[in-house]
Amino acid sequence: MNYFELFNINPEFSLDLDLLANTYQRLQQLTHPDKFATASDRDKLLSVQKNAQVNDAYQVLKSPISRAEYMLGLRGLELRHEQQTLQDTQFLMQQMEWREQLEDIDGSANAEDQLAELDDEIAQLIRTQVASLAEQLAINNEQANLACADLIRKLKFMYKLRQEIARKDEQLNDF
Amino acid sequence: MAYSEKVIDHYENPRNVGGFDKNDPTIATGMVGAPACGDVMKLQLKIDANGIIEDAKFKTYGCGSAIASSSLVTEWVKGKSIDEAVLIKNTDIAHELALPPVKIHCSILAEDAIKAAVADYKSKHNQ
Repeated sequence: MNYFELFNINPEFSLDLDLLANTYQRLQQLTHPDKFATASDRDKLLSVQKNAQVNDAYQVLKSPISRAEYMLGLRGLELRHEQQTLQDTQFLMQQMEWREQLEDIDGSANAEDQLAELDDEIAQLIRTQVASLAEQLAINNEQANLACADLIRKLKFMYKLRQEIARKDEQLNDF
Repeated sequence: MAYSEKVIDHYENPRNVGGFDKNDPTIATGMVGAPACGDVMKLQLKIDANGIIEDAKFKTYGCGSAIASSSLVTEWVKGKSIDEAVLIKNTDIAHELALPPVKIHCSILAEDAIKAAVADYKSKHNQ
């Protein structure tokens, strides 16, 4: 049973996050090992496994990137453990520039504004790329799936950058 | 996870951090990234007329293992010909730095950075 089946939802990229969260709560309770305290050892073990699967499924499905990656996996395109490097020079140069820009933001008076501006720029680009990802995922042919894989790989750098921005923001606020 | 002493040494005292002018014809630039962790690495080589690497510099945004891997290769490639440099294997880097299995991709990144830089040099010089 795949994660979409487990949650009884259509295997689509656009999903109702509230419904997902509600289903998660319900499945969490249904499979919680405490409910099986007096059950047989076999049922106890099964509940632990099922409960872990429910948790894994929710973690994967709730975030757009891991959800898209999982969908590609179901289509036979496995990205999760790939160690292949990305060599798109132009894309990487831009990534490096943003990281340098972030590095140069120091504790000056308008540092917060600079961080917010950079974060907005990246967030906007992420939104655009997630929208393209949704379009490509809906097509579901080999060419579109490969385009999805490329978008996912690149989005991971964008998400990492936003994490770094958030971390810098925390550092600055510690002063 | 504990870093090895060699990783910590390279992380705390990275060798050859910086860059050269990428438009200079004697400079080769390799840009690579690891999607798994979002690390970005730039390796630049200064290559003389005989194809020998005179100098190397790097800039890496990533974890300690990625920084150590790139710092190490800048030391290793100096004095080598470009054909020798591309023979450096990620397993040599991982072994030297005692990288754990989850950090092997950092050494792959450094190996690919050398290859990307050499490919850049060859395309600049129509080889």
